Amino acid sequence: MSKRRTERLLSIVVLLLSSRRYLTAEQIRAAVTGYPEEHEAFKRMFERDKEELRDLGIPLETGRATQFDDDLGYRISRQDYELPEIQLEPDEAAVLGIASRVWQSAELAGAATGAALKLRAASREADGDAAASPRPGIQPRLTTQEPAFGPMWEAVRDRRPVTFDYLASGRSEVTKRTLEPWGVVNRRGHWYVAGHDRARNAPRVFRLSRITGPVKLAGPPGSVKVPEGADVRELVKDWDKPLTRDHTATLRVRAGAGFALHRWGKHVPDTENPGWDLITIAYSDPDWYAGYLAWFSPDVIVLGPPELREAVIRRLKGALT
Amino acid sequence: MSTQPRMVTSAERLRRLLALVPYVAARRVVGLAETAATFGMTERELIDDLNLAWCVELRAPEPYCPIDLSYEDGEISISQAESIARPLRLAADEASALLVALRMLAEAGGDGDTVARLIAKIEGAAGAAGAASSQVAIKIDHPNARGMAATLNAALAAGKRIHLRHYASKRDEATERDVDPMRLLVVDGRTYLEGWCRRAEGVRLFRLDRVLSVDVLDVPAEIPETAEPVDVDAGLFRPSPSDLVVELELAPTARWVAESYPCESVTVLTDGRLRIALRTPDTTWVRRLALRLGEDARVVAPAALADEVRASAAAALALYD
Repeated sequence: MSKRRTERLLSIVVLLLSSRRYLTAEQIRAAVTGYPEEHEAFKRMFERDKEELRDLGIPLETGRATQFDDDLGYRISRQDYELPEIQLEPDEAAVLGIASRVWQSAELAGAATGAALKLRAASREADGDAAASPRPGIQPRLTTQEPAFGPMWEAVRDRRPVTFDYLASGRSEVTKRTLEPWGVVNRRGHWYVAGHDRARNAPRVFRLSRITGPVKLAGPPGSVKVPEGADVRELVKDWDKPLTRDHTATLRVRAGAGFALHRWGKHVPDTENPGWDLITIAYSDPDWYAGYLAWFSPDVIVLGPPELREAVIRRLKGALT
Repeated sequence: MSTQPRMVTSAERLRRLLALVPYVAARRVVGLAETAATFGMTERELIDDLNLAWCVELRAPEPYCPIDLSYEDGEISISQAESIARPLRLAADEASALLVALRMLAEAGGDGDTVARLIAKIEGAAGAAGAASSQVAIKIDHPNARGMAATLNAALAAGKRIHLRHYASKRDEATERDVDPMRLLVVDGRTYLEGWCRRAEGVRLFRLDRVLSVDVLDVPAEIPETAEPVDVDAGLFRPSPSDLVVELELAPTARWVAESYPCESVTVLTDGRLRIALRTPDTTWVRRLALRLGEDARVVAPAALADEVRASAAAALALYD
């Protein structure tokens, strides 16, 4: 069944690519083996075949078959169909192999592999050399475990708005969001979507793992306008800006412990307390840093500033109960 | 490559055929085994595909077979491929998936020049289909790790042993060891060196942003044949059955813990609190984590660890009296 279908679809592609004229459904049926005699059954099957060809990215055009009647016809423009000329060097073919193994999700891995095969098919490369050229030493892997990723990728690709329920960090109630997505970002293995939040009328970033329930498409393809300059790659550059460490902590740290504090702070032996060092170290966010320092307890005592000291004590008291 | 016959839909099979025919056509003669490997199929499946293409027959206006090919003595050749001698253009998913993978490879510090050339070629060939890839960004930590990656890449290419100083954050200590590098990996946005650790006599992964220094030694790397690369696709950190199960209860503000550490189970409790279970061979870091989280977390099990946390907190608080 499936084999005959593949054969029929392949025949249609070959036929329509070779024809300059638009061919009617009847002409296609006459040329291609495997369509039923009965008219309605044929129409249904032909509709499904057209849809399948279009899903594969085959540019099926429709137009009037002749000047004299209104019958619709079909053809495939060779220029729209064919991959432009491309020639891969052996080292490029080797990199292509690495790149097509980056995605770990079945769908995108399949898409990347499919693309790599087309490129290799187009290129009269000397295949044998690909194995001989030096193998790039880095093997990146990209996973998409978040269930929201698939629909969000589609929404971004097709520029469609979405709605979803979101459980924001530190909150216990979900909120309903409507977003015009501009792009997706992966950072430290987590996926985020950036876009225009309609209710808040402002740009927002959401972490896909915090989306609860399904992502629903909420508008036709092309209905999201990504504003000029809202390139996600630019948008998230800020995330990796070095922090401004404009606070300074004074700590007493047990000698031989608190390796990270010793390495990244300035330390001198504490002459009044043998076995301890005095460390001064710069930090950015007091609340976050208090947590970081509590991690080193009981090998660290915060001497100042007072609010940092209090914040650490509060954490330790919290851990007592 | 799997030798099990897989279920392939007619669409997938057509997509494969539309790359396979040009692949062979561009090469005049190509090995059966090699082609099967390139397309990730068995030789039997490949022969089935070739037969299918060869069987395509158009009945009108005059009957003819558009595709002529032969296979014998382990070689394939195509003498007539008609209108499908060139591969189909890249679909939006294909172009985007591949371009995102390549940009990630570039960002990871992979073979820069080749990757840049390949990206430019593919962007040119993909045209508008590649547009969505600019709406995807992959961030890789950390800027320092990239310079390190170049040093390690050079050691890998030269097959040299390295001397590594590495910071183990969970234990807050620096370790020194000789390592025979095997490969660089980027998983969850972080770069790791995989190598044969001569101290542990086993394969180990080292996060590059925690490497304090690397010296390339003038000694050839000796990786034992028994050294098995980590199966990254199954997850970097797979707990061992002998590991201890730790259960924590987290307040909504500490939910990030469930997202940052590999959990065996996550249960949502009332008020947005979570109960998580994780396995670990060493609970030192869990004790530290509990101090860091303070009242936002509670060790539920094992009871001995909960006692340890309280004792630690009390000892730390005593220092403030």
